[in-house]
Amino acid sequence: MTFEDLLEQQAKEIARQQGLRERIYCCTAAGCVSSGADAIKKAIDEEIKARGVGAEVECCGTGCMGLCSKGPLVRTQSDGTIYAAVTPEDAGALVAGQGANLLADRKLDPQADFFIKQEKIVLANSGTVDPERLSDYIAAGGYQALARAVMELTPQQVIEEVKRSGLRGRGGAGYSTGLKWELVAKQPVDTKYVVCNADEGDPGAFMDRSILEGDPHRVLEGMAIAGYAVGAQQGYIYVRGEYGLAIQRLQAAIKQAERERLLGSRIFEDNFQFRIDLRIGAGAFVCGEETALIASIEGKRGQPRQRPPYPPESGLWGKPTLLNNVETFGNIAPIVAKGGDWFATIGTPTSKGTKVFALAGKIENTGLIEVPMGTSLRTIVFEIGGGIPEGRAFKAAQTGGPSGGCIPPQFLDIPVDYESLHKIGSIMGSGGLIVMDDTSCMVDVARFFMDFCMDESCGKCIPCRAGTVQMHDILQRITKGEANENDVALLEQLAKLLRETSLCGLGQTAPNPVMSTLNYFSGEYEAHIRDHRCPAGHCVLPAAASSNREVQA
Amino acid sequence: MPVVTKPDVPAVKDNRERFLERAMSRHHYSGDALIEVLHTAQELYGFLTPALLKTIARKLRLPPSRVLGVATFYHFFSLEPKGEHSMIVCTGTACYVAGAQGLMRVLEHRCAKAGSTSPDGKMSVQAARCIGSCGLAPAVIYDGKILPRLTPDQLNAELDRIGVK
Amino acid sequence: MSVRTLEIDGKAVTGVAGQSIFSVAWDNGIHIPRLCHVGGVSDVGACRLCMVEVEGQRKLVAACMTPVEEGMVIRTNTEQLLAHRRLIVELLFAERNHICAVCVVNGACELQDLAASLGIDHVRLRYRFPTLSVDTSHERFGLDHNRCVLCSRCIRVCDEVEGAHTWDFSGRGVNSLLISDLGEAWGESESCTSCGKCVQVCPTGALFAKGKMVSEMRKDRRFLKYIVTAREKHEWVR
Repeated sequence: MTFEDLLEQQAKEIARQQGLRERIYCCTAAGCVSSGADAIKKAIDEEIKARGVGAEVECCGTGCMGLCSKGPLVRTQSDGTIYAAVTPEDAGALVAGQGANLLADRKLDPQADFFIKQEKIVLANSGTVDPERLSDYIAAGGYQALARAVMELTPQQVIEEVKRSGLRGRGGAGYSTGLKWELVAKQPVDTKYVVCNADEGDPGAFMDRSILEGDPHRVLEGMAIAGYAVGAQQGYIYVRGEYGLAIQRLQAAIKQAERERLLGSRIFEDNFQFRIDLRIGAGAFVCGEETALIASIEGKRGQPRQRPPYPPESGLWGKPTLLNNVETFGNIAPIVAKGGDWFATIGTPTSKGTKVFALAGKIENTGLIEVPMGTSLRTIVFEIGGGIPEGRAFKAAQTGGPSGGCIPPQFLDIPVDYESLHKIGSIMGSGGLIVMDDTSCMVDVARFFMDFCMDESCGKCIPCRAGTVQMHDILQRITKGEANENDVALLEQLAKLLRETSLCGLGQTAPNPVMSTLNYFSGEYEAHIRDHRCPAGHCVLPAAASSNREVQA
Repeated sequence: MPVVTKPDVPAVKDNRERFLERAMSRHHYSGDALIEVLHTAQELYGFLTPALLKTIARKLRLPPSRVLGVATFYHFFSLEPKGEHSMIVCTGTACYVAGAQGLMRVLEHRCAKAGSTSPDGKMSVQAARCIGSCGLAPAVIYDGKILPRLTPDQLNAELDRIGVK
Repeated sequence: MSVRTLEIDGKAVTGVAGQSIFSVAWDNGIHIPRLCHVGGVSDVGACRLCMVEVEGQRKLVAACMTPVEEGMVIRTNTEQLLAHRRLIVELLFAERNHICAVCVVNGACELQDLAASLGIDHVRLRYRFPTLSVDTSHERFGLDHNRCVLCSRCIRVCDEVEGAHTWDFSGRGVNSLLISDLGEAWGESESCTSCGKCVQVCPTGALFAKGKMVSEMRKDRRFLKYIVTAREKHEWVR
């Protein structure tokens, strides 16, 4: 395909869509599917057929529309209205164009905070293009950034653009994406790889999944641009095995892109060639760590290895490897299309652009959101998130999953960016944001995350393998009222050991949930230990009098 | 006439062997493809038997201990047959906050511990790390179908209905 | 060979480019503790006992995996490092069932020596007392999982020196277990050549020669240097 072909296809598809009386978008992302979206799409399709209006009304599936808790969601293109809690019985009204009248009670207010306080870059297409149709993506301007990169820019210029954007890795650590690309590009080796880390494993995080399900071509385009910039001809996407739908859509998207010569050889009639293959994970959280992920692609046990050397120097099969997360690649096409300077105007001085968060837990609007970096936690939780249900009190927000921390109410007004979160003992992480109310016991939350780390520890280094087990044991005893003050001291020593001596990030950050809860909710630890009482009423503890006796192992 | 697939008749078995062979040849019998091949083998056979692992090791020219090491490192692979039904409890943070532990306790009490199958082979219980349906927390996947916002009582009722003792 | 000059524990030392901190330290009589490192096979940096402080670096580094650099100032024995090492050794004692009094290598065990040199007289952590098996199916050797510290020396020596790759780990995390072939008894292993290298490099009594009584077994690692020197330099020296 040439650039002219691309523009022609875009114009054709836009004209076709404009010729329709109505285009009905059914959210077919995981959240809505599990509340019955497939049946709705089927009912609408049947309704269109039954009424014989196939020429004027079209129904397509889309990626996540965001407000998962109100799903299944359906959007009508003509007026842009989103309807909540749609049922198959509503198909008739929607196809007839009577939604505004007949489903008025389920119309979502487009002026609600949930919508207007967001800013969508990565999720711009999510909910507005059919992820299974390449032409939809092309109509939305897709692959034009790749065309621009390949035809107008040198690899070095692409990297400059990314550097200028100030984009930082969205996988958690926040390393400068442009610098990483430059490092790989500089390696004087012919064979290099681009790898997309889609092994999203934080419990309570589904950003990457939603991006892959909702806009797979966006990720492919970002990877191809990266391949051009660093001089790689082969890319891999390492996807979690649990993400069946994402895998299916990626496979289909790769095939479509290859067929249109947007991937493969002679892309845009240039000498640039780039292929992408999928590698399916098999259920190991630690494979989100870059060296473990590389080991896993090589068919080995997913155990991390010592860094340096870092993957940009020696990665997959010992070759220079660029590893970025799904959301990072999702930002690339807009940056190349609109320029790094545009991107740099969004966000804070050190954290540019937007961040996608998966809101979950004790919050009214569970779902997927994208906000400019620097948005306050209060805005996210209370305005976009709609606050805590049942009039309960906000207790903490957990970010960064098992590597992150719990943020107490006094920090609700901090801007959400890499530095600020780090300062208060949490991390940006990949974007899971779980809200807890006064019924959540923070000691048990710490135990929950330690249980996770213990289960997911690869077992290679002693501090993580045996240390997580001991920390979990102590936390469990605290929640059962069987611990004393010495145990807390030991817990802190173990935390320090894991932080300073573990081989990889999993072990080094495993103590974070414990340390942040010890910092901000030490009263709860004391209540469990001294008074044998769980302030949240979550843990079952024996009465104080009987619990002083030795507990049998 | 519709073709009825019976899992254990020899003709079908041959097919499975052929499919596995094809998967390995597609990857040029490269040891790097071990995980892909194990995925295929498990899809075809339901679980990984020692004989299967031995075959894979030989064909990919890998030491058997490495094949078993990989197969047991990843939770996705199962070395035991699955139960007649399966319950996957989401233990992601959102489900945890919403009370997934209570659901797990019910299943552990009535069926089996997470990652195993009840002695009568009726029910396999698994814990999943976030199934991405945080809006429906706490959620359990019963034979591929999601049971949203489940309470322990509802789960007990569901188990009664299935006929779990 | 280019020489690197550096300082370890206040002592000016030299090493060659590419040499690890660990190896330079040992060459100079500074014995950094270790469990997973064994000369002659590759390093994995898994035990974390050899973590040292490098001036100007925020994080501790594993001495066995870090090449020396010109002008490095290294400390191997600070209070903090000792505290970490003690806790790591305690973690090992609590992880499995290490009962020295009934062990064949009692008195010549690297784990025991470590505990003694670090002054560990009791373990503050809860013992896990896992139920683990002993495999005595092999004609000449035995494997006692209770004493295994998962250092992977046996796996590496079997793979890299003997070339058999009989051993590997199954499972993960605290459930990791040393396996031979497809997990069958060691005596049934088709790949094992019964060379006994794994037994000699094992730091504890996990891999042992049959017929030895408590405290009787002594391990000899010199063979490894002999083989590796022979292979690399074509010199057969004892």
